[in-house]
Amino acid sequence: MKRIEGVAKLTGRERFVDDLDLGEHLWGATVRSPSPRGRVTAIRFSNDIDWSEFTIVDHVDIPGNNTVFLLEDDQPVLAADVIRHLHEPVLLLAHPSRDAVRRAAKQVEVVVEPAEPYFDFRVAPDPQQVQRGDDNLLKRLEINKGDVEAALAAAAHVIEGVYETGAQEHVYLETQGMAAWVEDGVVTIKGSMQCPYYVVKAAECALGLERDHLRVIHAPTGGGFGGKEEFPSILAIHTALLAMKSGRTVKMIYERAEDMAATTKRHPSRVRHRTGVDEDGRLVAQDIEVVLDGGAYQTLSPVVLSRAIIHAAGPYSCDSVRIVGKAILTNSVPYGAFRGFGAPQSQFANERHMDVVARELGLDPVEFRRRNLIGDGDSTATGQVIDDGADRVGVMDLALDRSDYAGRRAAHVDFNATHPYLRRGLGLATFFHGAGFTGAGEVHLASRVAVTGLPDGRVEVLSASTEMGQGSQTVFTQIAAQRLGYPPADVQIAVPDTHRVPDSGPTVASRTSMVVGRILDDACAALGERLGDADLHGGALRAAIIAWHREHPGATLSAEASYRPPPGVAWDEDNYRGAAYGAFAWAAYLAEVEVDLRTYAVQCTDFLAVQEVGHVLNETLARGQIQGGVVQGIGWALLEECTLRDGAMLNNRLTDYIIPTSADVPPIDVVFVENPYAEGPLGAKGIGELPLDGPAPALANAVADALGVEPRVIPMTPERVMDLVERVATDG
Amino acid sequence: MAESRLEICFTLNGAPVTAQVSLRHRLLDLLRYELDLPGSKEGCGEGECGACTVHLDGIPVNSCLVPAWQVRDREVVTVESVVPGDIARMLDTGATQCGACTPGVVMTARWIEANPQLLERFTTRQLMAGNLCRCTGYDGIIDGLEPPPDAEDS
Repeated sequence: MKRIEGVAKLTGRERFVDDLDLGEHLWGATVRSPSPRGRVTAIRFSNDIDWSEFTIVDHVDIPGNNTVFLLEDDQPVLAADVIRHLHEPVLLLAHPSRDAVRRAAKQVEVVVEPAEPYFDFRVAPDPQQVQRGDDNLLKRLEINKGDVEAALAAAAHVIEGVYETGAQEHVYLETQGMAAWVEDGVVTIKGSMQCPYYVVKAAECALGLERDHLRVIHAPTGGGFGGKEEFPSILAIHTALLAMKSGRTVKMIYERAEDMAATTKRHPSRVRHRTGVDEDGRLVAQDIEVVLDGGAYQTLSPVVLSRAIIHAAGPYSCDSVRIVGKAILTNSVPYGAFRGFGAPQSQFANERHMDVVARELGLDPVEFRRRNLIGDGDSTATGQVIDDGADRVGVMDLALDRSDYAGRRAAHVDFNATHPYLRRGLGLATFFHGAGFTGAGEVHLASRVAVTGLPDGRVEVLSASTEMGQGSQTVFTQIAAQRLGYPPADVQIAVPDTHRVPDSGPTVASRTSMVVGRILDDACAALGERLGDADLHGGALRAAIIAWHREHPGATLSAEASYRPPPGVAWDEDNYRGAAYGAFAWAAYLAEVEVDLRTYAVQCTDFLAVQEVGHVLNETLARGQIQGGVVQGIGWALLEECTLRDGAMLNNRLTDYIIPTSADVPPIDVVFVENPYAEGPLGAKGIGELPLDGPAPALANAVADALGVEPRVIPMTPERVMDLVERVATDG
Repeated sequence: MAESRLEICFTLNGAPVTAQVSLRHRLLDLLRYELDLPGSKEGCGEGECGACTVHLDGIPVNSCLVPAWQVRDREVVTVESVVPGDIARMLDTGATQCGACTPGVVMTARWIEANPQLLERFTTRQLMAGNLCRCTGYDGIIDGLEPPPDAEDS
């Protein structure tokens, strides 16, 4: 099935928040802290501007709590006194002219009495830098399986490694944007977001309003990638505050530079590995420490850390595993959700380390993986027994065969021996990604979906899952159409509007197709049950719906379903033991690189992505998810460096922050191995985040293969590659 | 502060237009906020992303880098000129996901299609390199530009 909103997007008819006709309205702008840490001592307004033309909002105007409701109430909506990061919002302005309000925002001076900021999460803070507990620790988590110290002591080989990843900016092509107005006593917020119910809960808390006086509506969202998971809440509250104070409709659209400087990024990480291997090349111990830079407020860092550590040991069988995770508070702009949610960082380290270990042992990286990949009946680091029938070695072998791995490696040896300045290499990564919320998270979310039979016999799907390009509207249409025996054109998808749709949970965590799609499947069955027969479908269902409406004129025929946990899924949150996810997707990615020894630029020349994702619901959409995710991963590995000054992005423009263009990447060859997942809708598993996990380690392993060096830090910019090569040359 | 405005005439999607333009406004502002054509998007405002691509006298330009008054007596074509039949193949290949870069991508694609001689000197990947897309990884776009295998004779 073709993308439902595809024609509208391809002809420029899709209306994003900045495209909406809002009538006469004000434009909002944000005045931000010029300092990373301190106390606000004064706010000075320039005499060159007539401020009576402006609506001005500060923390005193917040009717509810001055906190952004999420996990912990540590982040203010507008700083009242304490400043914890550069660009922290302090004051809001609105004016009928966009140009005037943007100029005026630069004419407000926030005076900050500075305090000693803390930026390098890898180094313990000085006493005057401590801002939380004794050591700025935001969260510590631990996984224990077996006896790691004993296993390391008994191991034939113990190999250590330290790996680091940098921040990554989302670069959704539509910047953050929100509109708000007050109508009949209801504050209405409409904009670019992944999670309408996160926004409504945060707005409720800060605006001090009951839910019936607050309405959040999703506008078509021009990319999210996690960047529109938690961040839109604060922007929505800002816009609503200006609308409430002015009594007018207000629109706030971030310019690219503001968006890049002031919004969340992927957490920087440092991961240490200490790995024990026996005489046969089998893993006997994995001792891992994962440390994330959380930035200045908690946001979602504890949950990102959780996913990072659960994925840190990779898809391997090992009886003794200890994983310690720490998220550290710094004075950097808060880090937040980004596609993969910690798993790309920890699996970069693990997959890179697998190659390092294999090389130390004199084993081929493929052979080392073959001996250690998890088999059915084995358990993960949390003790989750894997028994899904997926052939993980088969997935790897398919990748090797399809790419002629052995033949190409041999050809590279010849090429590298003779070419004056080009070096080629191949790198493999085998990895996994759990779909849905971790552990009991889905049970706590208790997501709901409704399906309504319309008077003309068509149906409408009501969910809070948002379309941001991933194709949720199309996939939901397919699921409902297939289950109900309807043509897709007779399935309507409701705009996510908190006054209309039930809370289906956030549009995150590769959960929309697999988890919410399954609830939709159940809701379709519930519609039939309401009409007396769960198996009603096609023409019979349509006739029954029309007949029901004749008997109940003006009434609503709605059926709802809520989340049911898959059988046998048990999670012990206190000890981090048990089934972390209902299902994992499994993958083997192969990257080929060519490194130019004159410039040290690394070019990805070929990329193959093989994955087992259950049943593929829509081949075009699924392939697009993988290709797009892989290219984001290539960017993170090779090009995308957030240069930070005072904890914020200095290169906050697309001129200076380089994401891949079409000319920078090869075609991405995508292969799906299908192994239907019984608990997924039509057998599907989640896939959205999986493709971010594999490219960086595959590329780093390919650079190692090409140059005989061991990259341990990404992005692998020419400067870093040059350092590696010159260090080897000097040491050798 | 009173803004200086200038009256200009130009051709927009084949029809004559008269507009009062502010000297500080970009072509993108004129299209989006004065002429009610919000199809062209602002992705970066500095000519890097290509989401605001329109044709100016048949050549793709970043409308965020063109002062509005410069289109006086010239011909501007925007994504609003595109009809569903023009993009059928791109729909099949998955050339759009979130849709924010898409108007610019489609305008560059239309220029390549109208000027097939470009392909003698450049690859489609080179020609599309001025349009950043964060969703598709570009394959859906590139595939949408190339004729399907069975269309070689047409």
